[in-house]
Amino acid sequence: MNYRLNHLKELEAESIFILREVAAQFSNPVLLFSGGKDSIIVSYLAKKAFYPAKMPFALLHIDTGHNFPETIEYRDYWANELGCRLIVGSVQEAIDSGKVTEEKGFNASRNFLQTAVLLESLETGKFDAAIGGARRDEEKARAKERFFSHRDEFGQWDPKNQRPELWNLFNARKHLGEHFRVFPISNWTELDVWQYLAAEKVPLPNLYFSHKRKVFERDGILLADSEYIPKKPTEIVEERIVRCRTIGDVTCTGVWESTATTIEEIIEEVSTSRKTERGGRTDDKRSDTAMEDRKKDGYF
Amino acid sequence: MTTELLRFSTAGSVDDGKSTLIGRLLYDSKSIFEDQYDAIKSASEKRGEEEVNLALLTDGLKAEREQGITIDVAYRYFATPKRKFIIADTPGHIQYTRNMVTGSSTANVALILIDARQGVIEQTRRHAIISSLLQIPHLVICINKMDLVNYSKEVYENIRQDFEDFASKLDVKDVSFIPISALKGDNVVDRSENMEWYEGSTLLYYLENVHIGSDYNFIDTRFPVQYVIRPYNDDFHDYRGYAGRIAGGIIRKGDQVMVLPSGFTSTVEKIDTADGEITEAFPPMSVTLLLKDDIDISRGDMIVRANNQPDATQDIDLRICWFNEKPLQLRGKYEIRHTTQTVRCIVQEIQYKMDVNTLHRNLEDKDIKMNDIARISIRTTKPLFVDPYSKNRITGSVIMVDEGTNETVAAGMII
Ligand SMILES: Nc1nc2c(ncn2[C@@H]2O[C@H](COP(=O)(O)OP(=O)(O)O)[C@@H](O)[C@H]2O)c(=O)[nH]1
Repeated sequence: MNYRLNHLKELEAESIFILREVAAQFSNPVLLFSGGKDSIIVSYLAKKAFYPAKMPFALLHIDTGHNFPETIEYRDYWANELGCRLIVGSVQEAIDSGKVTEEKGFNASRNFLQTAVLLESLETGKFDAAIGGARRDEEKARAKERFFSHRDEFGQWDPKNQRPELWNLFNARKHLGEHFRVFPISNWTELDVWQYLAAEKVPLPNLYFSHKRKVFERDGILLADSEYIPKKPTEIVEERIVRCRTIGDVTCTGVWESTATTIEEIIEEVSTSRKTERGGRTDDKRSDTAMEDRKKDGYF
Repeated sequence: MTTELLRFSTAGSVDDGKSTLIGRLLYDSKSIFEDQYDAIKSASEKRGEEEVNLALLTDGLKAEREQGITIDVAYRYFATPKRKFIIADTPGHIQYTRNMVTGSSTANVALILIDARQGVIEQTRRHAIISSLLQIPHLVICINKMDLVNYSKEVYENIRQDFEDFASKLDVKDVSFIPISALKGDNVVDRSENMEWYEGSTLLYYLENVHIGSDYNFIDTRFPVQYVIRPYNDDFHDYRGYAGRIAGGIIRKGDQVMVLPSGFTSTVEKIDTADGEITEAFPPMSVTLLLKDDIDISRGDMIVRANNQPDATQDIDLRICWFNEKPLQLRGKYEIRHTTQTVRCIVQEIQYKMDVNTLHRNLEDKDIKMNDIARISIRTTKPLFVDPYSKNRITGSVIMVDEGTNETVAAGMII
């Protein structure tokens, strides 16, 4: 007798269980969609979890207005493919209406403004759960995150006062005005994600595959040349063969020199890589506890 | 891809070398990235340490960094070509018993660290007792810091004997012992040249090969219905699927099944997944069952075999670990979550409090506070379909929730 699942199938079964639990325990969940591989895999798993019915969640994209154009293109294609409603929370609108103030200077990023817009979108849509693609292996503050993560009425995370999570039992009880973040792929690593996307032949944004792009270097990280990032006079733009390892806002997503043009080559690269994927995220580099501090305020 | 998943918990008292050991496993199995390594290297230098302190790799939240202790369960990941590992890294101090219980709940293996200079101490016993209460199928006892006792066989054998004497009182089936030095690397990933007398496997070899194929219950069919799938479209007009995760047994197409609580019987017409129909399903698969007959089934129901049913009962005896600052209330009402059911209960009786260091049952002290282990009886508003925890960790476990604060206040194992 050999009734064993391989690790990808076991992770899939766990994530599908979590997604069904969200549908059963919340009245109005939404799936946060950034256009990156983690939110792609979560939405793909959601599609599988409710097959042959449609997934009972809309997609919510918090749009900084500073995206790679490829991200928006893919987002619209994928929402259509999944047959999901797409809701966009716009950082640009929040800036225009004076709700948030834009940072200034060379390292200005709208990444931090996303939190306010996210919380407002959740409130407007009356969403009681926001499903996200965070993984525990990504970052040390995330290593302690629960599958069902409680947020108070201000959207804040209290890492010292988290509910214990045991077995397959998830406690989604909350008071009025509070909500949950749910992370179905908590136990996946970067390599698991790539192996699964390859095995399932999930279509991906072109940004993940190597291509020619105008880039420049800042603090050891390659950034895409874009109208959204002011350059210093000493920063020289040149063309290189690169790809993204994570996809976020243009202003804080580093690109990597790479010749990987297929998923198999990406897996090869990831499994021999000596750098973490978030190593290219300038938003994490602001301080040693940048992620923990942002998460407490209600960030993804 | 035939890599399996193995979950293990670690617990150790402060300074046993737990962080060093995990750091060593990650480092020697090449699961550490350059930038992570650079970060701990400069942190080690800042602290004035000569060598790179691998323990810093498992550093967690800010408060913990400031206090230099682990206060919550942290999850870590590493993989070898054979297996992918999930470590539930838990603090060892008695005030964190609840975190240890949490980290142990889904583990296949418990890794218990002993400092060779100290031998079996109170904390070692507590970790072993909690691991056996949570029915972790395999225990591996790592006797660490062997370099500080001249890699002595005698020291190792004495500790081993001590532990075995004590463990004979516990309900543990499979115990292994490995002498290691987390700091120097002996017997962690590579075989030690300093302990020729030791003939067993290294820790990594053990983790890669320990038999976990029968850690689930494959005998007693249990399918808690999680969600009902109704597509409401023309292609799947009459489709009514019961989605859930197999909690026990093997379900095959054509099986005669019974639905609880209604007691109606039917036949499994189809086992559906998004990848197509399959002919059999087993734990821990997430599938969708379709039955021949049109019967009313909803979340919280359980699909079983007529000749092998769980107990349907409102009176349940539990061993609990209390998690909350507010003590357990006798006659208090709580929400109970069991598989996909949610009901209310009243605490009928507190039988005894158990000393987690000695297993001693205290029949007098019934004041159950945070981190206490106790045996209690509850009565629920509706029957639950339960198995003893020793038979099935999924259908044998519950959590208790405070209906006022919404906090999870206890974990319970059905006796
Ligand atoms: N000599 C020796 N020291 C060790 C060994 N393992 C850990 N240590 C040291 O013991 C101390 C505590 O280790 P640490 O991993 O931080 O313990 P934790 O509190 O259990 O996580 C540190 O100074 C380590 O360098 C070992 O195998 N041999």
